[in-house]
Formats: sequence, structure tokens, C-alpha cells
Amino acid sequence: MNDIVLPVLWAVLGGAIRVGTPFLFVSLGECLTEQSGRINLGLEGVLVLSSMAAFGGAYLSGSPWIGVMAAMLAGALLAGVHGVLCGLRRVNDIAMGIAVMMLGTGLAFYLGKPLIQPQAPTLAPIMLGSTSSSAQLQAALSINPLFPLGVLIALALAWLLANTRWGLIVRMVGDSADAARAQGLSVNRVRTLATMAGGAIAGLGGASLSLFYPGSWNELLSSGQGLIAIALVIFARWRPLACLWASLLFGGAGALGPALQSVGINGAYYLFNAVPYALTLLILVLACTPYRRLQGAPSELSVQR
Amino acid sequence: MEHKQWNRRQWIQGTGAAGASLLAGAWPLGAQAQSPITIGVIYVGPRDDYGYNQAHAEATAELKKVPGIKVVEEENVPETQAVQKTMQGMISQDGATLLFPTSFGYFDPHMIAIAGKNPNVRFSHCGGLWTAAKHPANTGSYFGYIDEGQYLNGVIAGHMSKSKKIGFIAAKPIPQVLQNINAFTLGARSVDPKITTTVIFTGDWSMPVKEAEATNSLADQGVDVFTMHVDGPKVVVETAAKRGKFVCGYHANQSKLAPAAYLTGAEWNWTSAMNAIIDAARTGKPHPNFIRGGLKAGFIKTSPYGSMVPEAARKNADAVKAKMIAGQFDIFTGELKDNTGKIVIPKGQAFKQTAIELESMNYLVEGVIGKI
Repeated sequence: MNDIVLPVLWAVLGGAIRVGTPFLFVSLGECLTEQSGRINLGLEGVLVLSSMAAFGGAYLSGSPWIGVMAAMLAGALLAGVHGVLCGLRRVNDIAMGIAVMMLGTGLAFYLGKPLIQPQAPTLAPIMLGSTSSSAQLQAALSINPLFPLGVLIALALAWLLANTRWGLIVRMVGDSADAARAQGLSVNRVRTLATMAGGAIAGLGGASLSLFYPGSWNELLSSGQGLIAIALVIFARWRPLACLWASLLFGGAGALGPALQSVGINGAYYLFNAVPYALTLLILVLACTPYRRLQGAPSELSVQR
Repeated sequence: MEHKQWNRRQWIQGTGAAGASLLAGAWPLGAQAQSPITIGVIYVGPRDDYGYNQAHAEATAELKKVPGIKVVEEENVPETQAVQKTMQGMISQDGATLLFPTSFGYFDPHMIAIAGKNPNVRFSHCGGLWTAAKHPANTGSYFGYIDEGQYLNGVIAGHMSKSKKIGFIAAKPIPQVLQNINAFTLGARSVDPKITTTVIFTGDWSMPVKEAEATNSLADQGVDVFTMHVDGPKVVVETAAKRGKFVCGYHANQSKLAPAAYLTGAEWNWTSAMNAIIDAARTGKPHPNFIRGGLKAGFIKTSPYGSMVPEAARKNADAVKAKMIAGQFDIFTGELKDNTGKIVIPKGQAFKQTAIELESMNYLVEGVIGKI
């Protein structure tokens, strides 16, 4: 029994971090954006564009950390387009988000053509398990260097939103634009800045994909992970720390299929491969109710009004 | 009354047809045997994916150098209605008279539907199971016996594996993929019958994160030689190399990606197949409907051995390869059991590469850990 349970457990735990890190960054970025009262479906496009930018930056400069910077910049710029355009009158942020998603993926495919073949320097893992004799443990504990950064951002975001004047402004703009205006705040400016900051954070998720795991650029790299991460924010009830646990849960679910097949449990691998998507559906079904607004949801979100 | 009026559309049709017949009449004067031709090549993914699409793109690049051949290409065309639009566009706008839709899912219903509407255009699909009874005569298919290459991969893997566990990352359980998994396993077990192949199906042709995850889980289980059947092997090759494991390539030569881990590989070489089909079209010969070939016909080739492959392994693989080229080697021979213990090929029976039964394979052989 131990031959099966332990390896699967280690693979799922390791996979939770390996596969879950992009989810973490995108959901944190979306969490910040939505706290300011706006939805950015364009983060899927941000994820694809920033992973291309990260790879390109690392390839051209020779340094993966310059790639990480490029990813944040690309993410902030694309999210900025969304932020500015949604500030115009009668622009629907859902429709705009879909347009931004297409713009981001299209740009990434176009600019990323010459980047499919080359190899770029990737981020070196943090080897937590180097003292362990088990190869499985070593593999599970060679941590993506961006993951601790993600945990820090989650903690910082939670603290900032709850305890600082800055966090209060973002939440007020998200909960009641009228109250914010009465305070003399520019709702549009706050939302645009929050959207851009969210884009920069989501850009780190792109860098994690192309510079660490799997560590190369191609056009199907994201395959919808950005959209799953956006759904995660609802599951996490707009709380940054809950985004962390939710991302790990989804990462682990993604690792379950291959892990079970590798130990010879291969009955229903289509089912196991579908676990992340089934989980998303389940969350959305459980989360939606026609009778009241979702607990924790910023009331300015266009889906709430 | 109105039928007596000349309308603009009729006029264009009439003069257009006259012009076309003039042109057609003028052609043979210019080039007697080899008339110029426009061909269209359609890829499901990017042309430079180090894999399936790149193999076709490399052959197409060779064709472009031939005088009289004009090539139009489109990449990232999904296996949906979209490919029908691409095909019709290439025919109507670019004047293509021979199309190479290269992805498995383009065949039925998409290529068949467009072929019915354009009886004067020739279609050559890569990998489809063309049958004269079911499919129009202006369509056809070509493919290579790449399982020969995977068998040789297996022989080398069998020599190199210390843990006696080897791994196969596969996309979907379709016959061609199963044939490769089985050939790889049989090749390795010809060296050491204790070897097992663990297979992981990722579910689709290109799933980079899942492919990396599959490679990692297998490496955790002690698998030390990998191969794959996915569209872009880059992720598997790089991930295996990062874990310090060996890898056998597929589709194209990936040795540049991981020189220290790349043992050998099974590569396509589509130039000769495509040339045969194009020559027939240019000289007006009947459309070759069913083209198949392996190492002997030059449809497939093997990557040069990595420097870590020992002499004994090279000799063994080279000997099998020589037999394959001479036509004296059958990969699937009886008695062959599947991995549930059922006999799938009875004693005394051997399938030649040309055997059509192999193209509908639906089992995994003994020694494979996995399920369809």
C-alpha cells in the first residue's frame, strides 16, 4: 500500500506547488482587480503574453530575472489597456476582458513565433530537499523560486487590504463607488491602478510557466489556466490567503492524473485529468445563488449589480 | 422576360470560363511533362515545434526549392470546420490543386467533405486510413512505419536502462500511438525481458504542463529512459534531461535541446513521399491514394546516437535496422500477448509492416503498464 500512497502523495504535494504557482499569481492579480470593483477576464491573455515576454526577455538578455521583469511589465501594460478602456463610459468589463484576452494571446502568438525553438536560461530551483536521500522527496522539494514570492505577495496583499489606508481605498472603490466619489477619490484612477498592479502580479504567473515549469514557450502553454484562476477567486471568496490554498488545491488536482498513472492506477485517467475542470464547475455551481449576493463579493462588480 | 437579360454575374461566368479554357489550352505548350503546380500544406500547430509539424515543414521547405512548385502554408489550424475554410481558401484564392492536410483529425469529415466539392483538386492526408470503397479517388493518404524507429529507440533504451523501468508519454490512445508504445516496449524487451514500460496518456496532442508533470511522476517512480508520442517533444526532452534521465526523440531531431540526455530518435522524412505525390499530379498520372513506407523507403530515419550510447548497444540496434531495411524483420510476431494476458497474435503468425491490421491496433502488449 505504501508503494502507492506515498509516491502519489509526494507527487501531488510537489505538483501542487509546481502546477499551482501560475494559478496563485493569476488569482492574486484577479483578487486585487476585483477588490477594486472590476473583473478582468483578460488575465488569461496577460498570462500568455507575459509568459512569452518572460521567455523572450530571458532569451535576449541571458538572465531569467530580466525575463521576470519583462513579464511583469507586459502584464501591467496589457492590464492597463483593460483598465483605461473600462474607465470609458458604458464599457462593459466582461466584454472588454474577452477582447483583451484575445489581444493578449494574439500578440503573444505573433511576437512569440521565433521563440518556440530556442532555449532560454530558466530560473534555478530552491533545493529544500537536498539533504534527503529520497529522489522523490528531492524532486518534490525543489521549489519554484517564484513560489515563496507568491506566498509573500498573498500575505502582503491580505495585510494591505485589511489594515492600510491604501487597502481601504481599494475596498471602498470596490464596494461603493458613490461613497468613494463623496470622499473625493477618483474611482477610475484607483481601478486602473489596481488593474495594472493585478496584471503585473499575474505576469509573474506567466514567468513561472515559461521560465520554470515546464520552462519553455509554446502557444498552448497556458491552455486556459488563466481562466481557471479567475474562477478560483470566487472560490476563495476574494481573500488573498484563500487564493493561496485554492491554488495549491488546484495544482494538486492537476498533478493527480499523471501521478496515478505513473504508479499503475490507470482505470479512469480521463476522469482524473478532468478533475481541475470538474472542480471549477462544482465551485461555480455551489457559489451561485439567485437569492443573495456572494459572501465577500465586492458589490461594485458588474455581475453583482 | 428576365431570363433573356444578360446579368453581370452570368457575363463574368461566361468570359471567365472562356479565359480558363484558353489558359488550359495554352499550358501544355509551355511545359510538356511537368506542369507548374501550387500546393497547400496545413499544420495543426506551429511549424517550428521540434516535432510533428516541424517534420512536415522541413520537407515543405525542400519542396519550395524545386522550380515550378509554389507552396502556400497555414499553421495552427484546428481540427474543426476551420480546416475546411482553410482548404477551400487555398483552392479558390491561391489556386492550389494539391493539398496536404497533415493532422490526423483533418481526414474525416473535413477533408472528405471538401474533396467532394472540388473533384479536380488532389488531397493527400498524412496518416488517415484511406480505403477505395469509402473515400473519393481524388483523396489519399501517406504515412510512415515510424514504429520501426520506436523499436530501435526501445533497443537502445533497453541497453541504457539501469532500473529496468522505461517511460512513454503519450497523447491519446489511437492505433498509431499504441503501435509506437508497443514497438518501443518490444524493442526494449528484446534486450532484457524484465523491462517494463509505464505509459501516461495526457489526453491531447500538446499539453506542456501535463507532459512535464507526467515526466516528473515517472522519474519519481524510477523510470530512467523516456520517449513520447506528443506533437512537440521539447517539454518531455527538457524535463527528462533536467531530472538527469535519458530520452529517445520522436518526430524530429531534438538532440540540440539536451545533448547529454538524447540517446537517439525516430524521425520522419516526408520529402520522398510528398515528391511522389507531387510528381504524379504534375505529370497527370493517377493520384497515389495509399502510400506507406518505413526505413527502407526512406520515409523515416533515426537520429545519430548520442556519445553516451555504448558500442554494444549501437551494434545491436544497427543489426536490427539492417534487417528492417532488408525487409527481413517483423516487429509484431506471434505468439504475442497483450498486458492482460490475452493472446493477440497467435503462434506462427507474423504481421508484415504493410499489414493493414496493424493500423487498427487496440491493445498494449505484455510489459506495458497502462490501460487504453
